Amino acid sequence: MADVALNPSTAEPAAKAVDRASVLRGFRLGDLAFFNLTRGAALLVLVLLGGVIVALIAGALPALQTFGFGFVTSQSWNPVTEKFGALAPIYGTLVTSLIAMLIAVPVGLGIAIFLTELCPPVLRRPIGIAVELLAGIPSIIYGIWGLFVFAPFLQQTLQPFLISVFGNIPILSSVFAGPPYGIGVLTAGLILAIMVLPFITSISRDVFETVPPVLKEAAYGVGCTTWEVVRNVVIPYTRVGVIGGVMLGLGRALGETMAVTFVIGNAHKISASILQPGTTISATIANEFTEAVGDLYTSSLIALGLLLFVITFVVLAFARLMLLRLEKQQGK
Amino acid sequence: MSESVSAAEIAAARPVSSTQGLKEKITVRNLRFYYGDSLALKGIDLPLYDRKVTAFIGPSGCGKSTLLRVLNRMYDLYPGQRAEGEVLLDGNNILAPKQDVNILRSRVGMVFQKPTPFPMSIYDNIAFGIRLYEKVPKSELDDRIESSLRRAAIWDEVKNKLNASGLSLSGGQQQRLCIARTVAIRPEVILLDEPCSALDPISTAKIEELIDELKSDYTIAIVTHNMQQAARVSENTAFMYLGDLVEFGPTSKIFTSPTDSRTQDYITGRFG
Amino acid sequence: MTARVSFAGRKRSNGVMMGLCMAAAVFGLTWLVIILGTLLWEGFSGLSTAVFTENTPPPGSAGGLLNAIVGSLIMTGLGVVIGTPIGILAGTYMAEYGRHSRLSTVVRFINDILLSAPSIVVGLFIYEVMVIQMGHFSAIAGSVALAVIVIPVVVRTTEDMLLLVPNPLREAASALGMPRHFVIRRIAYRAARAGMITGVLLAIARVSGETAPLLFTALNNQFASTNLNGPMASLPVVIFQFALSPYADWQKLAWTGALIITLAVLTLSILARVVAARTQK
Repeated sequence: MADVALNPSTAEPAAKAVDRASVLRGFRLGDLAFFNLTRGAALLVLVLLGGVIVALIAGALPALQTFGFGFVTSQSWNPVTEKFGALAPIYGTLVTSLIAMLIAVPVGLGIAIFLTELCPPVLRRPIGIAVELLAGIPSIIYGIWGLFVFAPFLQQTLQPFLISVFGNIPILSSVFAGPPYGIGVLTAGLILAIMVLPFITSISRDVFETVPPVLKEAAYGVGCTTWEVVRNVVIPYTRVGVIGGVMLGLGRALGETMAVTFVIGNAHKISASILQPGTTISATIANEFTEAVGDLYTSSLIALGLLLFVITFVVLAFARLMLLRLEKQQGK
Repeated sequence: MSESVSAAEIAAARPVSSTQGLKEKITVRNLRFYYGDSLALKGIDLPLYDRKVTAFIGPSGCGKSTLLRVLNRMYDLYPGQRAEGEVLLDGNNILAPKQDVNILRSRVGMVFQKPTPFPMSIYDNIAFGIRLYEKVPKSELDDRIESSLRRAAIWDEVKNKLNASGLSLSGGQQQRLCIARTVAIRPEVILLDEPCSALDPISTAKIEELIDELKSDYTIAIVTHNMQQAARVSENTAFMYLGDLVEFGPTSKIFTSPTDSRTQDYITGRFG
Repeated sequence: MTARVSFAGRKRSNGVMMGLCMAAAVFGLTWLVIILGTLLWEGFSGLSTAVFTENTPPPGSAGGLLNAIVGSLIMTGLGVVIGTPIGILAGTYMAEYGRHSRLSTVVRFINDILLSAPSIVVGLFIYEVMVIQMGHFSAIAGSVALAVIVIPVVVRTTEDMLLLVPNPLREAASALGMPRHFVIRRIAYRAARAGMITGVLLAIARVSGETAPLLFTALNNQFASTNLNGPMASLPVVIFQFALSPYADWQKLAWTGALIITLAVLTLSILARVVAARTQK
C-alpha cells in the first residue's frame, strides 16, 4: 500500500525492462563484435610483421640454399653466371650509414641544443616547425636533388679538394682516391646525412625537452654555464633517449632507398675509396628487382631484403627499448 | 549556509525522520571490495532508503567513493577490481554475474566530481542517453529534454542555445547538465560523487537545492567531504573510516549525538 | 686564484660549444633551404597546364604527368581507405580494451618497429604475397603496400589520442547505461577526433611520397589507367624513372613532379598541425 503510493514509477522500470530486453541483446552483440573487431585488427598488426618475415624467408630460401652462408661473405654479383653474394651491398649500406651518422648526429644534436637552450623564443617555434616539416619530406626529393645538384657540385669542389689534400698521406690517400665521379659512396652518405638530420634533430629536441626545468634551473642557480648545464644535466638525464633517437635515425639511414639509389652509382664492388661508386642493399633491390630474370636472381634480391629487414629490426628494436627506458624513467 | 554554522547546528535544525517502515531501495550486505590484492571495503552493511538522501562522509581514502562505484558497478570498467558480498536493488543482487551492467546503470545513474559533458551539443548530451534504450519520436524527445533540463534547473540558461557545445557552459552549468542527462533516462537511484567539489559556492547552492527537489522522485546517495553539505541535504548519514562503516543513522543523530568516538572526532574536525 | 682562471676557461669553452651549436643550426638549415630553393626553382619553371592535362610522354618529347597524378591519387586514396580502419581499430584495442594486456604491449612494440621499417621491404612483401599470386603487377597491390605503411602511423596516433581522453568521460558515458562500444565509438572517438584526423593526414603525407613500395607492386604505366587490376603510374615512380633518364624533357618533368609531391606533403603536414593545434585550445 505504502509502496504503491510512494512509488508511482515502480511500474515503469518493469515495463522498460521488457522493452529493453531486445535492446540489451543488441548491445551485448555489438560489444562482442566491436571487441573482436578491434582485437582482430591488433592481431593483424602482428600478422603483418610475421607475414613480412615469412614472405621474405620463403622468397629468399632458394638463394640461401644455393649459396649458404657464403651469401653474406661473397662479393661477386653476377647475373650471367648466377653467382650472388651480398657483401658489397652490405658494405655500402654500413659505410653510407656510418658517414651519415658521423655528420648528422653531432649536427643534429647541435641544432637540438641550439633550439632548446640558445634560440631566441621568437625563432624557436618557427625553426622547430620547419625542422619537423622537413623531416616529413619524401626521400625521393633528396634523391633527385642529390643527383642533379649535389653530385655535380661535389665533383667540382669537395672531391678534387679531398683528393689533393689527402693524396700524399698513406691510408687516407686510398680512402679518398680519385677520380671525382660526383656520385659515389661519399655522396650517398652526405645525402643520407642531410635527410636524417631533421629527423634526429626533432627527436633529440623532444627528448631534451623532457628534462624538468627545475633541474636545469638548479644547475644554472649554482653558476653553471649553458654548456655545462647541457653537458652535466641535459645530456646525462636524456642519454638513453638520445641513443634511442640516434638509433631510430640509423634505422632510417640503413633502410633508406630513394635518397641513396640516385647517387650511389650502383656498382657491385667494394672500393677502398669512398669517392668511388658502390651500392647498398636497398639501392640494389630498387635498381634491379623489376629487371631481374631467373628465380635465383630474384631470390637473391629478396634475400638482400631479408638481410636489410633483420639489420634494421635489430637496430629499431634496440632504439625502442632505449626510448621505453626513458619513458619509464620519466614515469617515476 | 555560511561556514560558521556548524554541521551539528544545521543537522539539529532538520526535522527528525524515523527510518521505521521505510522501504530499502538498496541493501548492502557484507560488502568487501578489492583493488587487486588490497582490501578497500571491509564488510559493509547498509540500507539506502527509497526516496531519501543518504550522505557518505569520512576522510579521503576511507572508501566512500569506492562504495558508491560498487552501487552501479562502475568498477567493472577496470580489470583487477572486484566486489564480494551482496548489493540488493529491489531485492535482486546486482553483483550477480548475470546482472547486465548496462541496464543496472540505466537504473542507477551517477554524477561525477568533475563535470563530464560529452563533446557534443547540449541537446545531444541529453538525447543520447534517452535514445540508447528508447525509440522516441522527435516531439516527445524534445519534451523529455526540456523537462530534464527544467528538472536540473538549467533550462532557462540553455533554452536558447541547445545546439551549442556542452563544453561551452560554465562549470556549474555543466554539472547541472550532467544531472539533467542522468535524470533524462529516468533512473531510480542517483549517485552523486562529490558533485560540488569543483564548483563555486553559488553553483553549489543550486545543486543542493536541486538535490532537495530530486529526492521526491529518486533515491539519492551523495559522497561529500563537506560536512555542512551532508547535514544540509541528507536524511541519513554514513560515516566511513579506513574501509569500515563506522556509524550509520539519521543525519541529525550522527551530527548531534554520534555513538562512536571516531565519528565524534571527525565531525568536530579533530581529524580528517 | 685558481677559481678565477678556471672561470675564464669555463667561459671560453662555453663560448666555443655554443658557437658550434649555432654553427650547426646554420649549417643544417642552409642545406635544407638550398634543397627547397632548388626544388621550387626547377619545379616551377617546368610547371604548365600540360603537366595536369597530358600523359607522360615517350622519350624526347613533351608531355605531362596526368597519368602519374591520377595514379598517385587513386593508390594513395585506396591505401588510406584500406589502412585507416585497420589502424584505428587496432589502436582502439590497445587504448580501450587491452591497455595493460600483454597483447597490447607486444603490438605496441611491433607497431613501432613497422613504423620505421624500410619501405622497400614492404614492397618485397607485397610482391611475394600479391604480385606473384596474381601473376602480374597491379594498382591494387600498390595500394595494399601503401596501406601496410599507413597502418602503423594510424595505430600510433589513434592509441596516443585515445589515451588522452579522460577516464571520467568514459565513466560518465557508462553511467548512463551505454554499452562499451558506444562509449568508444560515440564518446571517446568524438573526444579524440581531431587528433585521429591529424594521424590520418600524416599517414597520407607519408605515403604520398613513397616510391620504394610501388616499384615492384604497381610498377608503372605510360597511359592514364583506372584499372585497379593492372599496372598504374604514380608520381614517385615516374620521378624515379624520369630523373635517371638521359632525356632533358623527362628530367624537367621529374623536377615538376617532385615539386607537386613536396607541395602536397607540406600542405598535408601543415593541415595536420592546424587540426592538432585547434584541439589543444
